[in-house]
Amino acid sequence: MVGLVLISHSARLAEEAVALAVGIAGDDAPIHPAGGTDDGGLGTSIAKLETAVAAVDQGDGVVILMDLGSAVLTARTFIEDRTDVVLADAPFIEGAISALVTAGTGADLAAVVAAAEEARTIGKLC
Amino acid sequence: MDTEFFLRWIAAVTDRVRAERDHLTDLDRAIGDADHGSNLDRGFTAVEEALAATPPATPADVLVTTGTTLIRKVGGASGPLYGTMFRTLGRSIGDAPDVTADALADAFSDALAAIAKLGSAAEGDKTMIDALAPAVPAMRTSFDAAAQAALDGAEATTNLRARKGRASYLGERSVGHQDPGATSMALMIDALRAV
Repeated sequence: MVGLVLISHSARLAEEAVALAVGIAGDDAPIHPAGGTDDGGLGTSIAKLETAVAAVDQGDGVVILMDLGSAVLTARTFIEDRTDVVLADAPFIEGAISALVTAGTGADLAAVVAAAEEARTIGKLC
Repeated sequence: MDTEFFLRWIAAVTDRVRAERDHLTDLDRAIGDADHGSNLDRGFTAVEEALAATPPATPADVLVTTGTTLIRKVGGASGPLYGTMFRTLGRSIGDAPDVTADALADAFSDALAAIAKLGSAAEGDKTMIDALAPAVPAMRTSFDAAAQAALDGAEATTNLRARKGRASYLGERSVGHQDPGATSMALMIDALRAV
């Protein structure tokens, strides 16, 4: 099954985003937060990202969703030497839920990334 | 330029970052999140420890260790960006025990491309690229020329509107403030002169 990682500047935001996604999309697929710096401050940590990816990696690939700024740069730096980990260019919450639902069906890596990125095109008021 | 040269450069950068820490953070307070100086100081302090713990054998070792440590320790956007710069410099130089001026200029050109790709940024976006990009061709002439180009480039960011990073949320209000990333980049290139 494809795994998901949510990387945010805030440890609590990443944890709550995971809880929200699991609450709505279920826990069929693995998902893990990677929020904040190593000392718990605002920012991102490649060590936390490595731990999170390892926690959800079942051999079928991992999709990372980022909030902004250094989360994007840290994730991009991380995947430099990983072909089985893909970044989704998607809204953080909506993309996570969409990706988790899809991953839970046993879909492959490309389908999970596509599901996350599709969430960009869904309007909230139309 | 041998391993000792690059160790002296990184030591000079570390000293300059430490000395300019509060100034960089003040620049970042105006248009960012007020952590640029402290983040870089933490990163280069970790670099100092890493280089002391495992003495590097080649110029590339010095640069790759510096880059990898910055990626792991800085915590803000400048970590992956400067980390990528130093790692790219190291990889571009390769195994050479002595680096020619031309090889270093080529390596800086590669580093510029790598940073631009990682940050999806270009010259004029009010980022560290505005100090690095003019320094790259000037490095073919001398470190003095490169440092002057970088310092001028950093100063010129004052009049730019930010299109990348935290400052871009400010739009027009980012105009009138010198970019902290361009300032720290100029400091690093300027430190080459003193080595």
